[in-house]
Amino acid sequence: MDFPPSRLITMLRAEEFDQVLASKTLWMCLSCYACAQVCPAQIPLTRVVMTRAKEELLLAGNVPAELQSALENSQRYGNVMGQPPRKRTDWIKDITPAVPVLGKEKRSTDIVWFVGDYASYHPRVQAVTRAMAKVLHALGVDFAILGPEEVSDGDSQRLAGERGLFELLANKNAQALRKYTFNGILTTDPHAYNAFKNEYPSLGIAYPVRHHTQLLFDHLEQVRPLFKRERKLRVAYHDPCYLGRVNAIYDEPRAVLSAIPGVELVEMSHARETSLCCGGGGGGMWLDGFQWELAHTRTSEWRVQEAVSAGADVLAIACPYEPARFEDATKVVPGAASLAVKDIVEIVADAIAE
Amino acid sequence: MTQDVYVVVEHLRGQVMDISYVMLAAARKLAGSTGGQVVAVLLGHNAQTLAQGLGADRVLYADDKALADFSPTAYQEVLQALLAERQPRVVLMGNTSVGADVACGVAAKLDLPLVGSCLTIGEGGNPISRICGGKIMAETELADGTVVMTMVPGGYAPEAGRSSQAASMETLTFPPVGEQRVTLRQYIEPEAGDVDIAKEAILVAVGRGIQNQDNLELAEALAQALGGVVCASRPVVDQGWLPTSRLVGKSGKAVKPKLYLALGISGAPEHMEALSGVEMLIAINMDPGAPIFESAKYGAEADLFELVPALTEKIQQAKAS
Amino acid sequence: MNIVVPVKLVPDLVEGLSVDQSGTSLDTAWMRLIISEFDDHAIEQAILLKEAGGGQVVVVAPDVEGVDDVLFTAAAKGADRLVKLDAQLGIGVDNHTLARALAGVIKDMHPDLVMTGVQAHNDLDGSVGPLLAAFLGMPYVGYIAGVSAGDGRIAVRKEYPGGLVAEMEVQTPAVLGIQAAAKPPRYVAVSKVRQAMQTAKIEPAAVGEPDPRGAPKILRLFQPEPAERATMIQGNPEQVAAKLVDVLREAGLV
Repeated sequence: MDFPPSRLITMLRAEEFDQVLASKTLWMCLSCYACAQVCPAQIPLTRVVMTRAKEELLLAGNVPAELQSALENSQRYGNVMGQPPRKRTDWIKDITPAVPVLGKEKRSTDIVWFVGDYASYHPRVQAVTRAMAKVLHALGVDFAILGPEEVSDGDSQRLAGERGLFELLANKNAQALRKYTFNGILTTDPHAYNAFKNEYPSLGIAYPVRHHTQLLFDHLEQVRPLFKRERKLRVAYHDPCYLGRVNAIYDEPRAVLSAIPGVELVEMSHARETSLCCGGGGGGMWLDGFQWELAHTRTSEWRVQEAVSAGADVLAIACPYEPARFEDATKVVPGAASLAVKDIVEIVADAIAE
Repeated sequence: MTQDVYVVVEHLRGQVMDISYVMLAAARKLAGSTGGQVVAVLLGHNAQTLAQGLGADRVLYADDKALADFSPTAYQEVLQALLAERQPRVVLMGNTSVGADVACGVAAKLDLPLVGSCLTIGEGGNPISRICGGKIMAETELADGTVVMTMVPGGYAPEAGRSSQAASMETLTFPPVGEQRVTLRQYIEPEAGDVDIAKEAILVAVGRGIQNQDNLELAEALAQALGGVVCASRPVVDQGWLPTSRLVGKSGKAVKPKLYLALGISGAPEHMEALSGVEMLIAINMDPGAPIFESAKYGAEADLFELVPALTEKIQQAKAS
Repeated sequence: MNIVVPVKLVPDLVEGLSVDQSGTSLDTAWMRLIISEFDDHAIEQAILLKEAGGGQVVVVAPDVEGVDDVLFTAAAKGADRLVKLDAQLGIGVDNHTLARALAGVIKDMHPDLVMTGVQAHNDLDGSVGPLLAAFLGMPYVGYIAGVSAGDGRIAVRKEYPGGLVAEMEVQTPAVLGIQAAAKPPRYVAVSKVRQAMQTAKIEPAAVGEPDPRGAPKILRLFQPEPAERATMIQGNPEQVAAKLVDVLREAGLV
């Protein structure tokens, strides 16, 4: 970081734009809202100041290469990884009963499950997606997915300064959704949750949305009798930035975890409003190399250290950016080799397994 | 018009490039079906000795000061005149920074059929080209007349194009090469300093499995025995055991070596996406379920601390014999 | 300086490729076209030269699926004129046909430099750059990673294997085959491309009858053997090491 955020803001106020445009500081920002949360003047630092400044950086051509690829891939392939759109539903292979794909089934459904990029394509996160499908089936939820018509929700791209790309992606999703009849959207991704809840409506795309921890909470009395296994686990729950700080959802995930037989919830030293970002937000997923070069530390490693200090067996998560980031961190943080990283729905699926 | 197969020899600063021998091997196959001879065409200045070891029946040598270093326009001028006069059945040039600069111009100016990216010559004497990032093979008909063909390496071993017998050499006479519109000012040496792994042909890659910095020397020894260079996946570079210039992966470099020997690397997507250009991937990992085995050509579920020293020794022995 | 950049759109390999029923062309059912990577570098290098020393950049492309977006993106990066050949000249069309069509249009532009990608992945009959140079009667040099212009001379950095680079001097007008621009192709925000769509104009250019003379006849297209899961080598470390040396020897690596 060439200068701290407070100095960056001072420079903006003093209109020293050239220096800001050439800076690396802005690309260290994870759009995690920790600063906005505590700002005594309640300045919309994350949503407005940092995002707007990043937009100018992109226009000025100051884009780290990794981020550039992610943005170009989003536009061309509808996913940040640059994977072929046709393969977006490869994860449903071998799942029984089959996961309904709206483009093929042509029927109405209660819930459209907006799956997301990482949940669709990344091998580790696909395990979370399959666990979600299993639990939805066990609960008898009437749901379907969009399939290859679904594209990235675009929220992180928006926060990385690409407003135009965000709108392009949102409109593609809107075009797909408009074709179908359904009551609400489900997602396992707090960023997609944030998009649908807070950003899409201003583009004329308005649907009720739930994060999967909310759905699990809503179905808690139905899930409880399904728990077969009791495993004594000390579980530390990590509040994702866009579920917790940004959208004030803290209790439902904890309630779901506490309902699982054998689970003892422990809190890490930063929790709820003060939770530490995993490092993936604001474009961080696509700036890892760049940020590492400058900081030689990762917030994901701090967080895993906190889980170890809290005596946890399992670090429970609820965002698709987290599994890979936290698992990588367990490989390098002392004492973390035996720490399991699991999405809440994976822990639930494990507990209802025969 | 003859049935001979000409091969334009590629050389830089006194060294004959491997592609020349690959082409000579291909030419031998082609000449087998055309019934002509394999003729090496050597352009240079005081470069006769470069003809040693070429697996050809005859060598045509053209000497001019303007040919002392490669110049696309000078080569084109000489070759155009030569081909117009001798009219061989086929002329092979490399699909390289030397041959590709010349082949199309010569073919277009003489109105000759041209086929590129040839990997092998099929059984019927037709060229088989490799295109679209190696995903598609194309067999085309060997046209009538003098066919200009550019070749890529990989279809024939260079050894097959070498010979210990000296071929007869004919020194060509032609008007002096005129002023050229593309001239060499100077060569710029590759930076002495850290290697560019993206350009290396042999890479020994280390991952988490190497466990600590001291064990790197095992990988270094293996790399040295192979004539390659050590590179790494993210965790190794993050620990500072190797510089970022050695990082292979999404946040590092994509590599395209002939051999990538992965030691203790699991094969996460972020690493694998940088390996799509690897010709042969060999993976050593204790975990039989490591994803890297899905993409590797060969694998061994083995302890690298036992395997690597044994492998290094055997390679050193093989090279010494 | 007047720089013309002809670009080719090629099958996007991310979408996968297969051969169609006829066995002599690619299946276009799932095919999407993308600008050839080296042509993208040529556009970048042309814009860099313009930014350094002034001049005009003209981008020329055949009329195929996705070409408008490619041209408007070039405009958003700084290209001054966008020209679209009024013929399909896309997949299934050889480089000789395309190069002749381009030559007909480009010769009347009187360029100082023509820059295009050194090759495209679907090249089967040489590359567009050197063919175009022959049809235009201009000298050609390829594998260029860096161009500078000054005092009426053009200096280029030509890449050879092993990291060796040759600095060459080129007399204009000339055609350059670009391997890499001095900087990687810049990012253009979606909003900027949107703007270019409003302000930039694509000019049509007439081309004559297609002339494929010189291109080969395709007998068949096929896919190489698919890769399988690794052949696992069994045994104790000594045995595995010995087997590996055999593998390496056979591959010519030892």
